[in-house]
Amino acid sequence: MIPEIGHFALILALLVALILGSFPIIGAARGNAVWMGLARPAARVQFFLIAIAFLCLAYAFASKDYSVSYVAANSNSQLPLRFRIAAVWGGHEGSLLLWAMILSIWTVAVSIFSKHLPDDMRARILGVMGLVSVGFLLFMLMVSNPFDRLIPAAMDGRDLNPLLQDPGMIFHPPMLYMGYVGFSVAFSFAIAALLGGQLDSAWARWSRPWTTMAWVFLTLGIMGGSNWAYYELGWGGWWFWDAVENASFMPWLVGTALIHSLAVTEKRGSFKAWTVLLAIGAFSLSLLGTFLVRSGVLTSVHAFATDPRRGLFILVFLVIVIGGSLALFAWRAPTVGRGGKFGVVSRESFLLANNVLLAVASMSVLLGTLYPLFLDALGLGKISVGPPYFDTVFVPLMTPALFLMGVGPIARWKNATVPELALRLRWAFAVSVATALILPLLLGHWTPMIGLGLFLAFWIFAASAHLVRQRLSGDVATLLSRAKAVPFAWWGMVIAHIGIAVFTLGVTVVKGFESEIAVRMLPGDVAHLAGYEFKFEGVKDSVGPNYTASRGQFRVSKNGEERTMLFPEKRLYTVQNMPMTEAGISPALINDLYTSLGEPLDGGAWSVHIYHKPMVEWIWAGAALMALGGLMALSDRRYRLRRKKLTDQKILKATR
Amino acid sequence: MKLMLIVRVILMITFTQSFNAWAEEARPLQTDVVTEAQVHRLSQELRCLVCQNQTLADSHAELAQDLMQEIREMAAKGMTDQAIIDYLVARYGDFVRYRPPMKSSTYLLWLGPFVLLIFGAIGLVMMLRRREQMPADKPISPTEARKVRELLNKE
Amino acid sequence: MKRFLLPLVIFLIMVGFLAVGLHLDPREVPSPLVGKPAPSFSLPILDDPKKTFSPQQMLGQVWLFNVWASWCAACRDEHPLLVALSKANIVPIYGMDYKDTNADAQQWLLQGGNPYLANATDIDGRVGINYGVYGVPETYVIDKNGVIVYKQIGPITLEVLTNKILPLVKRLQAQ
Repeated sequence: MIPEIGHFALILALLVALILGSFPIIGAARGNAVWMGLARPAARVQFFLIAIAFLCLAYAFASKDYSVSYVAANSNSQLPLRFRIAAVWGGHEGSLLLWAMILSIWTVAVSIFSKHLPDDMRARILGVMGLVSVGFLLFMLMVSNPFDRLIPAAMDGRDLNPLLQDPGMIFHPPMLYMGYVGFSVAFSFAIAALLGGQLDSAWARWSRPWTTMAWVFLTLGIMGGSNWAYYELGWGGWWFWDAVENASFMPWLVGTALIHSLAVTEKRGSFKAWTVLLAIGAFSLSLLGTFLVRSGVLTSVHAFATDPRRGLFILVFLVIVIGGSLALFAWRAPTVGRGGKFGVVSRESFLLANNVLLAVASMSVLLGTLYPLFLDALGLGKISVGPPYFDTVFVPLMTPALFLMGVGPIARWKNATVPELALRLRWAFAVSVATALILPLLLGHWTPMIGLGLFLAFWIFAASAHLVRQRLSGDVATLLSRAKAVPFAWWGMVIAHIGIAVFTLGVTVVKGFESEIAVRMLPGDVAHLAGYEFKFEGVKDSVGPNYTASRGQFRVSKNGEERTMLFPEKRLYTVQNMPMTEAGISPALINDLYTSLGEPLDGGAWSVHIYHKPMVEWIWAGAALMALGGLMALSDRRYRLRRKKLTDQKILKATR
Repeated sequence: MKLMLIVRVILMITFTQSFNAWAEEARPLQTDVVTEAQVHRLSQELRCLVCQNQTLADSHAELAQDLMQEIREMAAKGMTDQAIIDYLVARYGDFVRYRPPMKSSTYLLWLGPFVLLIFGAIGLVMMLRRREQMPADKPISPTEARKVRELLNKE
Repeated sequence: MKRFLLPLVIFLIMVGFLAVGLHLDPREVPSPLVGKPAPSFSLPILDDPKKTFSPQQMLGQVWLFNVWASWCAACRDEHPLLVALSKANIVPIYGMDYKDTNADAQQWLLQGGNPYLANATDIDGRVGINYGVYGVPETYVIDKNGVIVYKQIGPITLEVLTNKILPLVKRLQAQ
């Protein structure tokens, strides 16, 4: 009964989405207030209906209803409740429902927080979001229904993939979807602006908080995924340039370019057409990612069950949405008009350079991801494009972007000069070069890549320190009031940039200085790595809710002093008969100690992998700082938004 | 009798102490460190043919393990990285390499990003130069400035 | 003006490739050995391990070389077809039992029928690696000069047999 209610709710939601996607947009073109007014209520009803459908599916999982085909495929009676709920988005159909649910959340949020927008703009924005929703709901109802019944019902489910039975599954997909579905708001703002012919600074100001919020979620989502892979997969890797990882990274790169570009469009009225293109691009890459992951055209560890028929549906949807928006762009962008003038060397030009670099990086990732498909389609053979390619290409592209991150915020708007900038930054440059050369030698190992990474990280640290000092310069007595006068958003920028430096430092140090050993250990044996002593104290058998495990115990000490205990496990998940390793990790800012049990060998020994990962946690700490910076920038906007909404409306009325 | 007991206790203590000292240093799974370094390096560059996008190093599949063993033997024989890769490519094609070879069909792949960057840079510089030619912004008149102040001061 | 159309044009070109991609299998690995001489080997025969089989013995004939195993589920799908083909006496079929045990292999052939004139046993899989085997079953069509002319990845279906393999065999035999 409940699954049928969920199914029916989806059908109703589709009808509401059709109304949402049509009447308001036509109404905005004709000036019909009634039709435009349908947008808000339709958005709320759509949210309500999809939420019901989502809750019905969650209920089916919680109540172990194996008469629903999707539940039978992704759950099991021994699966703990929290993972049964996470299993709602563990497979293709359910993750689509999550997509639709999150899209409806963003839609209703826009409908609530848009009182300051002109009616026709709001109608168009919600209308476009409604049209995207139509696509996903139709897709689900036609070829990917999560509520399909299994007759006769299964005795028990086939269990959620053991790799997904982890807290990471509860956090990572929803965060990620909040991110790249969230770019649909920026997309809708852009389309609404193109349709209405109103592309100005106000549009950029309204669009910015939504874009930043989506970017924050996407940053957290990608960070979560990377950290999860690190501790889950058992060999300490945290990024593999897998097609699905790239599918989330490309919108992030373009999204980063977009938040920078919006800043310029808002402040200076420049780059309007380019910003609109980026907004269309970010969401288009999200949709493209949806296609790549579910159509079977690419192989990936993350790919959902593939079906070319579903792939065709999504491809047609892509052509309509992306093709349509790019056609609209080609038609309307020429009328947008140029913004203010600025010099060849200025903050605007540095931001524009940042945009170009991020866009080229994103296109390069796309090229590498799709290239095997291109060659195969042309009959030119089958190749693989993996981490060696991406690492070789990505680093040279990002190096100038990281360097500019130190220069850009110091440059003045409209006009700056290179000699002046060089003068201001000379100490930062000296400090970073010195650190890049000396620090690795102190640590015992220098390569050009380590030098480059350290230089860029410390360059950003030093330039940011200079920036803060410059902003707060004056007597100590008035320091606090000066600090309070600086907008919260500015601190957000500084923190986000420092986050990137922290990330770069983490990557450089871990890649340059990590070490590992693969050893055979009997209980009582001792292994040494990076100055630490790992004493193997044997393996105990243990039982979990839906698995059996061999739990190893390691006593870790340094210089005779005990530091920690590690408990790596080798699990066998009984339903799918799938073995899994749970690494034993001791995380710390300075380094991670990582142990992983291999296979039992003869004589009671085990094969053990031990890794020393210096500063690896800085990778995710850096990402967390980036997200924090974004949040800080947002809280600034929000506050002003409420006070300004009345002002905006008055200004608009006065200038019309 | 007491003497025997004391001797036994001493022997027992001595032996248990030595027993602890006999807890061994764990032996590496593979004894030839140099060869293993080469195997490790190569395994990161080679693709498991039966997996969903994993390197030979990370894969538990049987074929992957077999290939790792063959690579190990070739490395122990002193074959160079390129020779080992060529051996596998002769049998499985370029698919097995994660670093695509540089050949006519992959020029676009390897050079594409840098070509894009150059075009982007040229486009950027051209656009910046054009901006420089633009007429400067007109400063607003005092009347307009007053209007703006009034509007912004209203709440 | 025209430059604003560029994103749309690039997008449509990409869509074209994606559409073609829907019909391709990204996991299939075509063999670089097609057009090259079949790698030589000398392996014990399943029914009489004292004797050996080697592709040199087949020079002058067109033959099918089918790699299979008793633990392979997909091999079960193509086996009846192979048995029927062997009875039609069009082309000799030789097999290679890949990473299997002799006992299991013989049991499997007893149950399913034996289309093979002889079976080489590749216990450690090394000859399989030389032939670029990555997933059984795989079948090679080898011509009179010992050159691999075609490789079938995965089980042979009736469609592949009638449309590809049999016409090819007939053409090679006429040479």
